[in-house]
Amino acid sequence: MAWFIFISLAVLTIAGALGVVVARNVVHAALALLVSLIAVAGIYLVLFAEFLALVQVLIYGGAIIIVLMFAIMLTRNTDYPKISDNKQWPLAALAALAFLGVLAPSFIINRVEGTKSHNASFEGIGESLFTTWAVPFEIASLVLLVALIGAIIIARSDEEEN
Amino acid sequence: MTPDTFSVELFTQNWTAVALSAVVAAMAIGGMFAASRMLSARRHSEEKLTTYECGIPPSPYTWSNINVRFYIFAILFLIFDVEAVFLFPWAVIFMQEKINEANTLPFYAMMMFLGVLAFAIIYAWKKGVLEWQK
Repeated sequence: MAWFIFISLAVLTIAGALGVVVARNVVHAALALLVSLIAVAGIYLVLFAEFLALVQVLIYGGAIIIVLMFAIMLTRNTDYPKISDNKQWPLAALAALAFLGVLAPSFIINRVEGTKSHNASFEGIGESLFTTWAVPFEIASLVLLVALIGAIIIARSDEEEN
Repeated sequence: MTPDTFSVELFTQNWTAVALSAVVAAMAIGGMFAASRMLSARRHSEEKLTTYECGIPPSPYTWSNINVRFYIFAILFLIFDVEAVFLFPWAVIFMQEKINEANTLPFYAMMMFLGVLAFAIIYAWKKGVLEWQK
């Protein structure tokens, strides 16, 4: 049963990824990316990683796709509804094949067997995040603060130019 | 559900319920679309596809740029979305006493985190980012 779920989720992931590449309309490509990301969240669930699945849905499925859509709608509208082949596609194909050439042999040579899935529970994550790793966690809030202030400053300076 | 007492059966049960409700939701929405497709009368004409059926003919392209101002709201949403993710593991443990001797630490750690990000929203407010300037 788990095998069947994993295969269907993997097929969905690859179908979404193919949709991103094949779609001529950029918005359709973004929605296909959403399908792919949600299917990856399902794969995390098959591996008992609930927190990771939550992060995948909230951050990638929610926020990243929305930012991507905003970016598409903000760009010049004459260019994007119909995208044709990029000139860099041979280079991209070469890079993808090289990456596959590294991944596939390393998977075959270093075959991992007899592993058991471990559940990274919310409690375990919470305990280590708020006690052992409390200081890096607080620093993360400062990083978010810096990102937000930077975004505001950039947006402001753009407006002053206009 | 600590790592020691993790039960695959319980996990599967819980998430099967989630998957089932997702399937039911998809079927409900799919059923509505299929019903409207089967029941509605369809008489296509050129005019029905235009933005306005009467008045000034619309310009050839209906896709217009949105205001760049919306992007800052998207960034704001992204940052507070990341904040919300940290609230989930915190919400499970912040009341538990067995964490450590000073069992208030997880609570105050999150309060500090929220405080720093509250400063971010106050900064945005003061800078007038949240207001719509004409």
